[in-house]
Formats: sequence, C-alpha cells, structure tokens
Amino acid sequence: MSPGGGKTIVTTYRIAIVGSGPAGLSAAAHAAKLGLSHILLEKTDHLSDTIYKYQKGKHVMATPSQLVLRSPLDFEAGKREVILGTWNEQTAAAGVNVKHGAEVKSIVGTGAPIPGSVMPIVSRNRDGTTSTTELQRNAPPYRLTLVNGEEIMAETVIMALGTQGNPNLMGCPGGNLPHVQYQLDDPTEYTDEHIFVIGGGDAGIENALGLCADPAQNNTVTLINRTADFPTAKDANVKALMAARDSGRISIMAEANTTAVEHGFITVETRDGEVRARCDRIIARIGSAPPRSFVEGCGIEFASADRLAFPKLSATFESTAPGIYVTGALAGYPLIKHCMNQGHDVVEFINGNLDLKPADEPILEAKFAGLPGKRSVAEWLEYLRTSVSILNGMSSLQIREFMLDSSVKRYAQGEVIFERNAPGSSLFGIADGEVAVEVNPNDPSITVQIGAGQIFGEVGLISGRRRGATIRAARDTIVVEISRNAALKLMSQVPSASREITRINTERTLLQIFKSGLAPADLVDVIANAKVETIRSGQAIIKEGETGDDIFIIRSGSMVVEKSIGGKPVFLSYVPAGSYVGEMSVIDGSARSATVRAAVKSDVIRLAGEPFRALLAAKPQLLDKLRGEMASRTQLNNFVESKKDSFSGVVDMYTGVANFLVEQGLGEATDVLLIDEKLCVGCDNCEKACADTHDGLSRLDREAGRTYAHLHVPTSCRHCEHPHCMADCPPNAIHRGPTGEVYIDETCIGCGNCQRNCPYGVIRLDKTPPKKPWLLSWFLFGSGPGPGEASHKWAKKHDPAYAEKAKKAIKCDMCSGQEGGPACVRSCPTGAAIRVSPEQFLGVALMNREDR
Amino acid sequence: MASKTQASRAMTGKAVTRAPRDTAHEGFLNHKRGRWAKVAITLSVVALGAYLLTDPVPRHNGGTWLGYLLGSIGAGMIVWLSLLGVRKRVIGSKPFSLKGWTSAHVYLGLSLIVVGTLHTGFQLGWNVHTLAWALMMIVILSGLWGISLYATLPERLSANRGEVTQLQMLEAIRTLDRQLDIAAQPLDADDAALVRMSLEECRIAGSLGQRLSGNYANDGNARALATIIEKVMTGRRTGRVDDRLAQIEFLLERKEAALAQARRHIRMKTQLELWLYVHVPVTIALLAALLAHIISVFLYW
Ligand SMILES: Cc1cc2nc3c(=O)[nH]c(=O)nc-3n(C[C@H](O)[C@H](O)[C@H](O)COP(=O)(O)OP(=O)(O)OC[C@H]3O[C@@H](n4cnc5c(N)ncnc54)[C@H](O)[C@@H]3O)c2cc1C
Ligand code: HEM
Ligand code: SF4
Ligand code: SF4
Repeated sequence: MSPGGGKTIVTTYRIAIVGSGPAGLSAAAHAAKLGLSHILLEKTDHLSDTIYKYQKGKHVMATPSQLVLRSPLDFEAGKREVILGTWNEQTAAAGVNVKHGAEVKSIVGTGAPIPGSVMPIVSRNRDGTTSTTELQRNAPPYRLTLVNGEEIMAETVIMALGTQGNPNLMGCPGGNLPHVQYQLDDPTEYTDEHIFVIGGGDAGIENALGLCADPAQNNTVTLINRTADFPTAKDANVKALMAARDSGRISIMAEANTTAVEHGFITVETRDGEVRARCDRIIARIGSAPPRSFVEGCGIEFASADRLAFPKLSATFESTAPGIYVTGALAGYPLIKHCMNQGHDVVEFINGNLDLKPADEPILEAKFAGLPGKRSVAEWLEYLRTSVSILNGMSSLQIREFMLDSSVKRYAQGEVIFERNAPGSSLFGIADGEVAVEVNPNDPSITVQIGAGQIFGEVGLISGRRRGATIRAARDTIVVEISRNAALKLMSQVPSASREITRINTERTLLQIFKSGLAPADLVDVIANAKVETIRSGQAIIKEGETGDDIFIIRSGSMVVEKSIGGKPVFLSYVPAGSYVGEMSVIDGSARSATVRAAVKSDVIRLAGEPFRALLAAKPQLLDKLRGEMASRTQLNNFVESKKDSFSGVVDMYTGVANFLVEQGLGEATDVLLIDEKLCVGCDNCEKACADTHDGLSRLDREAGRTYAHLHVPTSCRHCEHPHCMADCPPNAIHRGPTGEVYIDETCIGCGNCQRNCPYGVIRLDKTPPKKPWLLSWFLFGSGPGPGEASHKWAKKHDPAYAEKAKKAIKCDMCSGQEGGPACVRSCPTGAAIRVSPEQFLGVALMNREDR
Repeated sequence: MASKTQASRAMTGKAVTRAPRDTAHEGFLNHKRGRWAKVAITLSVVALGAYLLTDPVPRHNGGTWLGYLLGSIGAGMIVWLSLLGVRKRVIGSKPFSLKGWTSAHVYLGLSLIVVGTLHTGFQLGWNVHTLAWALMMIVILSGLWGISLYATLPERLSANRGEVTQLQMLEAIRTLDRQLDIAAQPLDADDAALVRMSLEECRIAGSLGQRLSGNYANDGNARALATIIEKVMTGRRTGRVDDRLAQIEFLLERKEAALAQARRHIRMKTQLELWLYVHVPVTIALLAALLAHIISVFLYW
C-alpha cells in the first residue's frame, strides 16, 4: 500500500476527491479498494450533503432500472436514512480516507506553466457588463487550499461537487456572526425567538411560514424583502404569506435592506429610515451561486456561456486542466446511479484502464441493434457525429451521453416520419438518405427535399407547436431523433449547433409562413438582416402611433394586440407562435395602428423593412397574400371598434377577461380548463371524475385559482408550449404525448423539481391509494368511500403498504387515451367546465360570450 | 400495464386526433341550442293532440290503447330519469356528456307533467295509482325548484367567495380565534368570558334552521360583539376607552365579517343540495309506487 492517511506533513496523494456525494463517495471507495492513495474532502460534517438534505424519510429511487450499478458501494431504491446508513458503514469498512469540514476554495497546479494553456474567464458584473481575466494553467501536482487555510497536494483531482453551489452570503458588517444561517432544516427547532428571514423568494417565504406556523413556538418572525412585491415567488406562497401577515403571525419589511448585524440586533434600512430591532437569529435565503466560478477558477473550461452549460470533458472525464476530472451532477449526470458508476469509472481511467467500456454500453447497443451496417457502438457514435453537421462539434463523451436521450431509426422509402399537425418537439438529423417535406397540404406531390447531414423538425422544437408539414423518407434513410431535452442540451453545449439551428429555423419559418412559391434563394437578403430577440413578458415590440417598418415573426411564446380606443387599451387579438405582425406598415407605409406586446416571454425574429419591401416588389403573390391577411385583421379591428361605440361595456369586459386570461398563463397554454362560475353549482363532480379515471387521485383543484368576471381558472395544468416543469427532471420523466398533453411517466423519482418549477402550482406529490370497492356496493351497502378521491385515512386503513409507498408527482394528462376526452368536462352536469385552447377562446368567441 | 400505456403514448409522429370533445360554451339549459326542449315540446304536443283527437268509450283512462301507450312511455321515462344518478357517478373512459343528460333530464322530466297526467285521464282518487302520480308531480316540482336554484345561485356563490376557497374561509376564522385568544390574556375575568363566548359558543354553520334562515343573532360571537360594542361605547362617552377592549372589538368585528362570508357560502351550498334531499328520496318512493301501480294493474284488471 502506498503511503496514505496524511501522517507525514507533505503527502502528495495520488487522487484528491472533492465532494462526497454519490459520485465522489463511489470514486473514493473504489480508490480505497484498488489501494490507491487518496483523500476525500467534504465540506460538511457528514457524507453526501445533497442526499442528507432530502426530506426525512424520502423514498430515493434507483432509476434508470436498465443501468447496472458498478460501484463498490451498494445502492438500491429505499429510504434516505437506509441509503445514507449503508454508505456510512461501507465507506468506513472500505477504509476510505475522509476529511470532513474540508471545503476546498482553490485548486492550482504547482508544476511548470503549460505552454499555450491560457483560459479566458468571463465574469458578469452587477451592472450587466462583463469583464475577462486570463488564467495560465500550470502542470500537476495540484495544491488544494481549504477555507481554513490547510493545504493538500495531489497528482490528480476528481471534482464531484454536485450543482448545489454555495448560498449567497450577507455582505453587511456582522454578516459572518454565528447566528446568521443560510439553511433551515427543521423550523420546529426554534422557540421564543425574534427571527428575521431575509429574502422574498420561495425559499425565504417557505422558511418564514414554517417558523410561524405553530403559535405555540412563540417566535416573532419578520421577513425582509428587497423589493415591494415578490416577483420571483410562487403565487400560492405569496398568498399564504399575505394571509399570515394579515392574521398577525408575521411582519413583512418591504423595500428594505439589512445594513448591519450585531449580537442580538439587526439594523435595516427602509424607505422610512433606519430601524434597529431585536434579533436572535437571521436566516438568509438570498439565492445561491452555482459552483461554476469556483470550477472555472481551477482552469476547467465550460462548453459555453449558457447557464445550462457543463464543463468540457474528454472521453475519460478529464477536463481542460490536465489531471482534473469532473464527475456526477456537475458533469451533467443527473441521477444517483449515473454518478456512482462514473465515480468508479473515473478511478479506473486514472488507474490506467483506458479500455473500460462505460456501463451504459448495453443500452446503446440496444439502440443500434437492428440497423444496417454492422457497426460497433463506438463506430455508430463516430458515424453519427461526423455525418450530421450539427453534431460535429461534440466530444466523444458528449455524443455518448447525447445518444442516451436520442434514438436512431431507419425509414424505408415513402415511410412517414411525422405528419402535419402531430405534436412533437424533437429534432431530427439525417445521417444517411434524404427526406421530402410536403409543403402544400392540398397537394402532397409538391415537396422540398432535405439531404444527408441536415436537420428537420426544428420548428416544433423551438415554437413548441405542432408539426407544420408531413415529412417522408425520399429513399431509404437513417435519421437520429433528438429528444427536446437532448436538443436543448446540445444547443447550450455546442454553440455552433445552436447558431446553425437558429439560422435554419429562421429560413424555414419564413418559408413556411409566407409560402407563396418562395425559395431559400429569395430570402437571402431578408435573412442576412434578421435578428432573433428575446422579449420579456409584457414588453411591447410595436407601439401604436410610432413609425417603423420592421416585421416580427413570433418564434416562441405569443403576443397580444391592443389598440387604444377612447383613451383605454382595448384587446384586439391574440397572436400565437408561428405568426407574424407588423406587415401593415411595410405595405402601406402608415404608422403602427396597434400595440403588440408579449403575453409571455417570447422569442421573435425581427426582419428589417427595407429588404422585405424589395422582396415584396419581386414577389407580387406574396404581396397579395399579405394584403389578404391585412384585410382580415383590419376587419377585426373595425369590428371591435364598432362594438366599442355601441357597447363600450362589452368591449371593456372583453379586454378585461382577455388580459386576465393572458395573466393566468393562457399565452403559453395549449389547453386549459376554465369554469364558468355563472353555471358552476360547486358539486365537484369534475374533481371526482378526474380521481375516478386517474388512479384515485384528482389532478385538479376546482375551487382554488383566480377568477375574473365569473370566469374561473382552476388549479389545473395548462399544457404549456414550453413546459417549465420539464426543465429540471432528473430521470427525464415528463413528456408531451401524441395528443399534445404534457404527462409524467412512471420513472418519476418524486424529487419535487417539477412542482417547484411549474408557475401555476398544478403539480402535487402523492401516493396512489388502494383500489376502491365496486361502485354498486357503495350504492347499495355504502361500502368504500364512494366516488372521487378517497381520504388518506381510508387509504391507510385499506392498504397496509400505504404508509411506505413513495410519493410521485401527478398532474393532468388531458385524459389522453380515454375515448370520451377530458373526464372533467364530460362529467360536469351544467356545462360550467370547458377545456379550450387560447386561439379558440381568446377571440371573437370571447366577445360573443360577453355579448349574451 | 404501465409499459403498455407507455408504448401507446410514445410519439409516433402521427397526427393523432384528440378524442372529440364538447367545446361549446353553453349551459345545460341551452345544450345544443335547446335540442331536448324541442323534443319534449313535440312529445307533449303529440300526446295532447292524440288525447284530444281520440274519444275512447267510456272515457280516457289508463286502460285505453292511448292510456297504455302513454303509461309505457311515462314509466320508461321515469326509469331513465332516475338513472341520471348512476350516470353521474360512473365515469369510465367512454364518451358521454353529463350536460346533455341533464338537459334531456330537465326537459323530458317536465314533459312528464303532460304525458303522466294524460295517462291518468284525470281519474284521480285515493289509491296507489294516484299516489304514483302525486309522487311524480312532487319530484317534478322539486326539480323545478332545483332548476331555479341552479339558475340563480352560482353567480352569487361566485361573487361571495371571490377567490377564496371554503378551506381558506374556515382557516381565516381559526386564525382570528387565535388572535382573540392572545388578545384576551390581559383582560379581566368578565371581559375574558366574553371572548371565550366568541371562541366556544360560536358555530360557523350552525343548525339547519340557522343555515337556511341566515339568522345567527344568538350565536356566541354576535352576542360577545354586541356586549363589547356597548362597553366600548360607554367608555367613549366617559372618555376612558380601554385600548385592549377596542382591540377585542376590532377582532370580533372582523370575525363577524368572516363568519358572515363563510355562512353565506355554506348557506348557498346547502341550498344547492337541499332540494336533492326531496328530489332523490321521493324518486325512490316514486319507483316503488310505480312498481306497485303496475303490478296491481296487471293483477286486478
Ligand atoms: C430533492 C431531490 C431528490 C432527488 N431524488 C433522487 C432520487 O430519488 N434518485 C436519484 O437517482 N436522484 C435523485 N436526485 C438527484 C441526486 O440527488 C443527484 O443527482 C446526486 O446527488 C448528485 O451527486 P453528486 O455526487 O454529483 O453531487 P452531490 O450529491 O450534490 O454531492 C456534492 C458534495 O460535495 C460537497 N461539496 C460541494 N462543494 C464543495 C467544496 N468546495 N469542497 C468540499 N466539498 C464540497 C457537498 O457538500 C456535497 O456533499 C434528487 C435530487 C434532489 C434535489
Ligand atoms: C319523474 C321525474 C324525475 C325523476 C324520476 C328524477 C330523478 C332524478 C334523479 C335520480 C337525479 C339524480 C340526483 C343525484 O344523484 O344527485 C336527478 C337529478 C336532477 N334532476 Fe331530476 N328527476 C325527475 C324530474 C326532474 C325535472 C322535471 C327536473 C327539472 C325541471 C329535474 C331536474 C334535475 C336536476 C337539475 C338534477 C341534478 C343534476 C345534477 O346536479 O347532477 N328532474 N333527478
Ligand atoms: S382533463 Fe382529465 S386529468 Fe385533466 S383535469 Fe380534467 S379530468 Fe383531470
Ligand atoms: S405542469 Fe405547469 S409548467 Fe408543466 S405544462 Fe402544466 S402548467 Fe405548464
């Protein structure tokens, strides 16, 4: 055994592992097993802090099930306590050299400067500007400096920090006093204290509410918020906070800033001057800084400036700093099993076993089975990487991970790849062959060909809307289907792919919208001047009365058009993604006749008026088409305007309702449940029907939610075009189904990320209750809980395993697969419940409703 | 099973059409532009026409061919109308529209006034046959009562609750109770007893009588508030207002307002269901009487 254990003062370890999550722990245990000298550095006083911080008793899942575990530590699905217990035992038994309370703050090479290895680090300043510094990398061995000043030397370093990062610290004097804390594990721990919670985000609000929930604890709780309202927090949290304030359980100091902390006191700057108040404890929840800047400081380059980007890694997980390896969540592997396997693999690589095949090899083998060409997995990966142009910029590690989320398929000549109006947000790349796009729905014989190396399907990916055309294989063709998640990752990891997709999307969107016999060659000038811009929700891209002749194409999101009539803004229409606005001024040179603003955060393509006018001059058909569209828009304007004269109340109401619905997320919805409270008798049959058709759990809360003019938007999924809930799902369990529904499959691990990410609060975590007895026996003998969701009490009594069951995320699936369509609508006795799409509802139909 | 749903759900690239659904924004009374109203009126007019145009000997009653016909139609309709209770609760995955069912239920149910009454040939007396007719009329009248509530109450229910749910209303009252409890600590025994009256002798919904009349003057909170107001007024007149009492008065007033909202809510919800407590049991009695009527007709005729 080589010298370990840190007995001598200056030991150079073979491997230093930073972070003891599943990745770091597994690596350390494997190193111990191989007898390599190592040290495991962990910031906290326990192992695996991320899992340690899960809710007590959480059921931890071991997905993906097809992946074999290759780690010296055991891991199978079970309770958090059991898993941590097993790991503690096994780490001790394996003789892992752990150092607790060891937060690493810097890692620098102590060898000679590596020629040419200079890394630019871009940092963003508070005022939005950026500054760049340069870092000269030095050769190993590395010196790791801990926060307490200790130093450790190692030949190689495994970074396994996870993605939690560090909480932002309080900057004011006294911010480092011991009664300032950045986490609240158990709110019931504190009694009779004056507690200040700092930060008006969800974390701060939830902590504050937890501290004052039980009056018996007798805490005096104050929440300090920098701004006047709580824009980043969820509606439900803000409401609960206001209720707590109104009932005197909590005080809120808004537009306030902490200026000093002393023992027993806090000083806060408010609009009315400075306040010094008694304070026994401060809980600061002012966000956390991702570990990126620390990691970059070690010489590890990221794939791009994108927030979602991960470090650039070789096939052996080595970063751009030679000898520093990155694994686990920080490397982009979201699940515990992945992390553990990687910890094992990376130690094997460091130990010289470069032929090791990754654990996911069989999964990839299965993906390529049945395809022609008899290639090995590595050959397939290389073949796809080189043949599809947007994949060229990927590393071999990236393409491997990428393929786990994607699939390859061979289509015979004439076979349909997707149909017009099919929902779908995946992107396709042609590895070999050619496809034909049926651009004219009325005449399938008119096609445009797309050849090998190119992509298609990007419009669905970017706009979140249904496919615009049917695409068939023009001859035998091999295509890679890139899932939405993989495509988004690709765009953030490989900047060149992102640029290419944007360019193609712009061109194709234009062709699709304007049709009229245009060819890519006609658009060269227009596209050369096109800009993609991101528009904040509520921001106007066109203002009524202003001059300007740019045309905007809505790439994702949606817009509302308003006109000021009699001094008041009147809602004219709703413009979904895939449409354009602003053509009137180009055609007739007039000032803007209405205001167009974003209903939700949107991306638009801005086309300069000048080249567009040239295009119109060259293509009279296009001009005619635009004229036609313009006429129908003018007609709508006139219709609303004429109503305004005669029925001003009706139009005001229409505007009010439309704005309300847009605020409630209709602008990004594809399908939403509305309840007409003039008809709803409150029987809750909709909720009961939902529960009875969905494992006994209702996915809607009829009574909760906002109401305007008797139109109620209950708490129920809107099936967003770009679902927020999908953003951060470790097992990637949220998908869009074939009828456009957003659903969660059974691989859900119950982590609650989707619940936190959904801005409309429609996801809940719950366990499936046992099956109810037959309805007839309830009718006749009153057995069972009857229609609707059974109580937890009943479930517990009738299912011995209920208490131990795992909670999973559940939400509306639009009753997909049910012949009768949405059960809530079917089962409403009065017709109060309707499900609509925004285009259907935010139009003249709505006006007519008000007209009744 | 899970894997099966998985497979059927995987994206196929096919433009799968959604299950057809009713997106028309019209209430059950206007369902399909009053289709069932038209059917019911036609049925009634035809029945009445047949009744007036035929002149059976000795007179119209259940025993003529028209009587048998109307009787069979009527009995069939009653059974079908009763099945609404089942339809409402057995959801399944197949298409149906409860709104359509309710619409048909209401209008066909009303046409029973004509069909059922003509079936009797106005031969009413004190027997099981007339009992069946009477029960039918009670069910129908209670149905009309229900309709009038369904037409008027939802809008008021919605206006009263704003965006607050029933749970939140009750939670708000509980919170005020907690605050009252705290505010009562420094009071002397008499005043504290008043607060206790509000805490312990206040029933949110109260008895069915209170619920329907809306009169809660005897409730603990109302009585406590009345006494406290008097005390505070007396204090004002003599220029010695007890701040602690004023605080109690304020809290009791807020509680009274919160109670009033919750009570209005509960009252309307009760009303929306109450009529069904006539409609449904009498329906069951009607079905029994109908059976007795049919059996006796075939046994004794
Ligand atoms: C609520 C929740 C539920 C989840 N449920 C599941 C589940 O059921 N199944 C599943 O497979 N996955 C689940 N996940 C995901 C899983 O927890 C992570 O993917 C996994 O923990 C990542 O492991 P890691 O080793 O990369 O990093 P982490 O587990 O995050 O560990 C990083 C460690 O590094 C330490 N550290 C950080 N910085 C430093 C430093 N500078 N110096 C020293 N030490 C440092 C930290 O204290 C920590 O102990 C869940 C995630 C969450 C948030
Ligand atoms: C003989 C005739 C009738 C019979 C046997 C009958 C029977 C029933 C039954 C069994 C229910 C189900 C109640 C429940 O389970 O909740 C019901 C509901 C109802 N009935 Fe009738 N009914 C009759 C006539 C009418 C008439 C004439 C009207 C209206 C004018 C009417 C209006 C209603 C309404 C509105 C409902 C409630 C629907 C709902 O909320 O789900 N009924 N009836
Ligand atoms: S559509 Fe189906 S799943 Fe969605 S809320 Fe209605 S009943 Fe529930
Ligand atoms: S769960 Fe929330 S974020 Fe996801 S689609 Fe539904 S409404 Fe949108």
